[in-house]
Amino acid sequence: MSDDAAKTTDEFSTHVERASDRELVLRRTFRARPQIVFDAMTKAELIRKWWIPRSRGVELFECTTDPRVGGAYRFVFGRKGQPPMAFSGVYKDVVPGARVAYTQIFEPMREAGEGLITATYEATPEGFTRLVQRELYPSKEVLDGAIASGMEKGMRETLDQLAVLVTEL
Amino acid sequence: MIETFAALAEPNRFRIVELLRTSERTVGELGQRLDLSQPLVSKHLRVLKEAGVVEVEPRARERVYTLRAKRLREMNDWLDRYREIWDERFEALEGLVSAMEQKERSHERRRRKNNR
Repeated sequence: MSDDAAKTTDEFSTHVERASDRELVLRRTFRARPQIVFDAMTKAELIRKWWIPRSRGVELFECTTDPRVGGAYRFVFGRKGQPPMAFSGVYKDVVPGARVAYTQIFEPMREAGEGLITATYEATPEGFTRLVQRELYPSKEVLDGAIASGMEKGMRETLDQLAVLVTEL
Repeated sequence: MIETFAALAEPNRFRIVELLRTSERTVGELGQRLDLSQPLVSKHLRVLKEAGVVEVEPRARERVYTLRAKRLREMNDWLDRYREIWDERFEALEGLVSAMEQKERSHERRRRKNNR
């Protein structure tokens, strides 16, 4: 496949790679201008519409954001009848339509420390948005845990191989 | 679960698992096929055993290794569910923002028309 062909098929899918011991990078292009994608990822009433994957049987009980430097956010979610879990943190850098950075604590693992997430929104020539979301985890161990979510590239290859292998068992 | 996954992410260990898929094998056999020293193969097998991926059975003077298929299937199912989360989120986000974009564009067109 030529690079161009790879680009058109890949651009609108989700890419995840491990940039270092402690860092994951997610990339994805969206068919909307940066200001819209920025809003959808920072305004609570819009986050409510996409953050919880619909197929999971999970509910978002609380979602508040205050996207200004020093402002806080908190997402509380879980399954009915089970104790809720929460992500929370503080906005460190906010440039509407271009960039946002915020700390993140997974409250059930508060002692694991605080991560830092930085998202940049870059306009493409077509007027779409190239999102790059860097997730710096408090430690390698915490990232290893997150990676069990199968998101890192090298690991994903292992997973793909594994998926083939399992069908043949 | 994470240990199981880490165990398989090492290329030689993955090759061991592939070899065990077709048949049970001894340490010596695995070493030959992978061109690795016996102590190294034993080390990899220990990691796989601790992760619950392989089982060992002493037979005569040899130790014979077999694959635990159930464990691999469970792990694959578990990882699949997690792997999909971000993609599912971004698919939903794409639906939302592309609809917002279309709406804004049609508003703009109407505004321009009205101003003419």
